[in-house]
Amino acid sequence: MRTSSSRHGRGRRTVINAVAAVAVVATGTALLTGCGGDSDKGKSDGAAGGEQITLRIGTFGSFGYDDATGAKLYSEYTKAHPNIKIEESNVADGQKYWDTLKLRLSRDSGLADIQALEVGYIAEATGPAMADKWTDLGKTGGADVGAFLDWKVKQATTGDGKVIGLGTDIGPMAICYNKDLFAKAGLPTDRAEVAGLWAGDWAKFIQTGEAYKKSAPEGTSFHDSASGLFNAVISSEPVQYANAKGELDYENSPGVKKAWDTAVAAAKGELTAKLRQFDEKGTWNAAFKNSKFATVACPSWMTGIIKDQAGPENQGKWDIAAPPVAGNWGGSFLAVPKSGKHTKEAAELAAWLTAPAQHAKVFGVNGNIPSSKDTLSSPAVQGAKLPYFGDTPVGKIYSEAAAGITPAPISRWDGQVKTFLTDNGILDIEQRGTDPAKAWENVKKLVADKIDK
Amino acid sequence: MATSVRATSGGSPPPAAHPPAPSTGSRKQWPSGRGGLRSTLYRLDLKAVPYVFLAPFFLTFAAFGLFPLIYTGWLSLHRVELGGSAQWKGLENYTSLAGSEFFWNALANTFTIGVISTVPQLLMALGLAHLLNYKLRGRGFFRVAVLAPYATSIAAATLVFAQLFNTDYGLINTALGWAGFEPVAWESSKWPAQIAISVIVTWRWTGYNALIYLAAMQAVPQDLYEAAALDGASRWRQFLSVTIPSIRPTILFTVIVSTIGATQLFGEPMLYGGSVGISGGSGNQFQTLSLLMYEKGWVTGALGQASAIAWVMLLLLLLIGGLEALVSRSNRSRSRSRDRNRAGRISTKAGS
Repeated sequence: MRTSSSRHGRGRRTVINAVAAVAVVATGTALLTGCGGDSDKGKSDGAAGGEQITLRIGTFGSFGYDDATGAKLYSEYTKAHPNIKIEESNVADGQKYWDTLKLRLSRDSGLADIQALEVGYIAEATGPAMADKWTDLGKTGGADVGAFLDWKVKQATTGDGKVIGLGTDIGPMAICYNKDLFAKAGLPTDRAEVAGLWAGDWAKFIQTGEAYKKSAPEGTSFHDSASGLFNAVISSEPVQYANAKGELDYENSPGVKKAWDTAVAAAKGELTAKLRQFDEKGTWNAAFKNSKFATVACPSWMTGIIKDQAGPENQGKWDIAAPPVAGNWGGSFLAVPKSGKHTKEAAELAAWLTAPAQHAKVFGVNGNIPSSKDTLSSPAVQGAKLPYFGDTPVGKIYSEAAAGITPAPISRWDGQVKTFLTDNGILDIEQRGTDPAKAWENVKKLVADKIDK
Repeated sequence: MATSVRATSGGSPPPAAHPPAPSTGSRKQWPSGRGGLRSTLYRLDLKAVPYVFLAPFFLTFAAFGLFPLIYTGWLSLHRVELGGSAQWKGLENYTSLAGSEFFWNALANTFTIGVISTVPQLLMALGLAHLLNYKLRGRGFFRVAVLAPYATSIAAATLVFAQLFNTDYGLINTALGWAGFEPVAWESSKWPAQIAISVIVTWRWTGYNALIYLAAMQAVPQDLYEAAALDGASRWRQFLSVTIPSIRPTILFTVIVSTIGATQLFGEPMLYGGSVGISGGSGNQFQTLSLLMYEKGWVTGALGQASAIAWVMLLLLLLIGGLEALVSRSNRSRSRSRDRNRAGRISTKAGS
């Protein structure tokens, strides 16, 4: 700091000071406002033959590729391709992952070479705003598109026939039920008999609920959540939120009507524990532990949640039965953004990661049900069991459910409308006793008000 | 800035016995031709350097304050989503807000939660400050203790309260059950939910406001109290007739700050509602304006509509600020007229 009195602070020295001050301030602001450029996109440009490159892959949740807890696919691939290094960046929350990815796509910066996409957002990714941001994996990378389930490929195909994502897993759905509670309520516990109670029709599922309620153990409900039931029913419908053209048309959809009516019947009949699935306060999780409900709609990824939440003290109590109607709830894709520097190598890696052989390896470690036809029918999948569920033929049940899936057309607003229908419609009826007709009107208003088409 | 170092002074700070630099008046001695550059630089030094020193603040404010504000205004006139291009909409986002029941619902919720959290909070803060103003044992400890809630993170506090207010397992409903009351639906019913959220806000901010009041009370001259005590005024009477009028500007300040805080309420309802926090409960029963803005912008991706809500909130706050200015001005003129009437026994006008 300058301490000399102002009498000395005049003249040339001050001029120099002033200039220096300007210089410092200028560099300072340049540092402040000059935001960092793009992050490092690999160490080299143009990967010819033996050049060293780094491929980055962005995932969410658990894909089961990594070397730590997964199927060690990365180290396997880099052994075969010594010039390639793979780095994975993982985000736990799928919604946050997608929001960030959208922002990065709009700026074409900060993107990984491979980005995972959840089926709930795939229609947005293939939609007009984003379709051109992706590499056509049908043409680059050498993936065998025919190996995947046809509907899985269709979901990731744009209007002009580009395949922008290769399928990783799918979410075939069954019903998980608590054998203890079923026995106490005088219902059968054998999974074939249980499946027989409701085979073919969700209305029978509601009837089973009525029967359970008649002699239910104190403080328990038949089903966990009416909104979960809504999701299960709509997952099994050939027409969901969109019409055949892929336009949002939930108001006239027979599938939405059926799911709504079924969920309302369950809520009104007091068949549910009035919980919200994945509720952040952990009330739903706690209800698993305390055996508060007897059934839960069970996509293949739900088995891991039951294992974690019900805990070891409930091991052997849960079993899995075939659903009334087969459906698909969830699943993902790998996509390659066009703006990457190594799209060719990235497409090759994505093709390899989603090839049937690798699907089988991931299923063996992580239990993700594969989306390739041959793997589904392979003995490894067909004979698979999960320790927590005892001798339940998990692989068989889910591969059969997968065979019965009829894919529905999807629109880019599906995820949003689903949230309004379940969180602001069904949950409101269930928890606050709102009149269903009024709740339906409210959902319509919400969609009209909040979706900016 | 470091001291400028000149070769002649050998790196040490210039000795005081330096030939005096030309003083301000000596500028006229320079012929304009020779000293043109120097005098220009000198003038610059005098006029421009202060601005240069202020520049970092203004530049950062322009980049991170003013630009986003104006850009948001521009966005609010368009239909735009993340990654897409903007389409001109004119005032449509604003007119559709006026016709949206969800907007009016959020506005009403913001207002009601604001009132039931701010009013008790400030009254309690006044009482607390008054108590802390007396000589009591462990005063320092209490003064720190009331600030503890303010130092807690919103998330932590809200999670604890959400557990307490849990309808099925919560301590509060359990206690009500012992007392023979029916359990209250602290989340799904409108008023209980709003009261619960207000409790969190009140808990967090009461101590903070109490300390501000305390600081103001410390500045009230002691002899006023002594005089009042001699006149036989009770403690309560002293509080009403001495303390409150003396700290009126401070009270006004806290009212304004709390109102701004209440208008922007976001974290508490969002975390309190858990998974349905963003929509303010399953029936939007505690959705505030900030939550509605967040939902529009980041859940449904309607950035234009979200920006419109942001601007409406800004206008609201400007309105409140304007009201505050009016009130404080009338207060000032009133107190001046009181001072003129030395008797001090003028009948108070309505609204004082």
